[in-house]
Amino acid sequence: MKNKFIVAAVAILFVGLFIAAADLYNNQKNSSLNSATLENIEYIQRDYSPTLGPVDAKVTIVEFFDPACGTCRSFYPLVKRIMSENEGRVNLVLRYLPLHNGSDVIITIFEAARLQGLFWETLKLAYKRQDAWVVNHISIPAKLWGQLDGIGLDMDKLAVDMKSVEIARRVKQDLADAKQLKVNKTPGFFVNGKPLINFGYKQLQQLVASEIDEKYP
Amino acid sequence: MMQYKETAVTPQGWILIFICWLIAMGALFGSLFFSEVMGLKPCVLCWYQRIFIYPLAILFLVGMFPLDRSVVRYTLPLATFGWLFAVYHYLLYSGYIPESLQPCSKELSCAEINLELMGFVTIPMLSILSYSAIITLLLIFKKRNTL
Repeated sequence: MKNKFIVAAVAILFVGLFIAAADLYNNQKNSSLNSATLENIEYIQRDYSPTLGPVDAKVTIVEFFDPACGTCRSFYPLVKRIMSENEGRVNLVLRYLPLHNGSDVIITIFEAARLQGLFWETLKLAYKRQDAWVVNHISIPAKLWGQLDGIGLDMDKLAVDMKSVEIARRVKQDLADAKQLKVNKTPGFFVNGKPLINFGYKQLQQLVASEIDEKYP
Repeated sequence: MMQYKETAVTPQGWILIFICWLIAMGALFGSLFFSEVMGLKPCVLCWYQRIFIYPLAILFLVGMFPLDRSVVRYTLPLATFGWLFAVYHYLLYSGYIPESLQPCSKELSCAEINLELMGFVTIPMLSILSYSAIITLLLIFKKRNTL
């Protein structure tokens, strides 16, 4: 009988130690993330990135996204909801983090569409028809190409603009910044430079709310 | 010669299986800590080693109550195969086997060293040590019980 108690106690000890160690590790990681973000504030936002919402809003959500990412698609209306719930106080900056194979080409399509003033329309359409051009977690640009009808894109111009050196430079810069900021999952959110550490819609809402409280007392 | 000391409160050899269980539990929670808390993605070879160590944590537990004299029969094979994977992984890790031979995908290299505790303790090393210790203890247990 004694042995059973020892074994049960040890098993509980293992679980307890695991939870305590995980807690400790996460706390340390969070504090180092927070301080790293303060050092890396310049990497979070670039002036060339697509922006939505009022320019003078004091709360800025920066989202690193991959157009092939299902969670990014689900979050897009949620982020817009947060913006409309806080009318005039929140704007959104999108940064590219193409983690899926082929997504790097997809975002050059987005950037080329942006030159025609149709970035947000293209993004919305691409999200809507995501299942048609993302196959087994691989982005297939040719399939997206066939889905881009009805929003008035000049496809010939798009094909030329995609080869732009400036677009390639921006995509590269976004990737480098994401690496610097240790963003390795999408969507990756920052609100006024503060990283969303525990991922979730509620958590993002809370982070935005706390920034609004601070900036609009 | 007294083969079984069933009269004792703790059967002889029980402590050996208990230590084996401790090692397996340590490996189970340790590997989960590396992957789930620290976010180190397990490579293919890590998965094979996990496959053989996770059931041991349960089998040793079952084998302790009451102490099963034939626990070695079904735990030693698991430990041996796991040990083979661990040795292969360690050789790959330390460069004795060229990287081109490794069965891992490009994104997640088994030869890439992503953790070094105190400068020299790597995850494959921990795996080899755990498996070797379990195998040794099981062999001692077997020898004691077949005298």
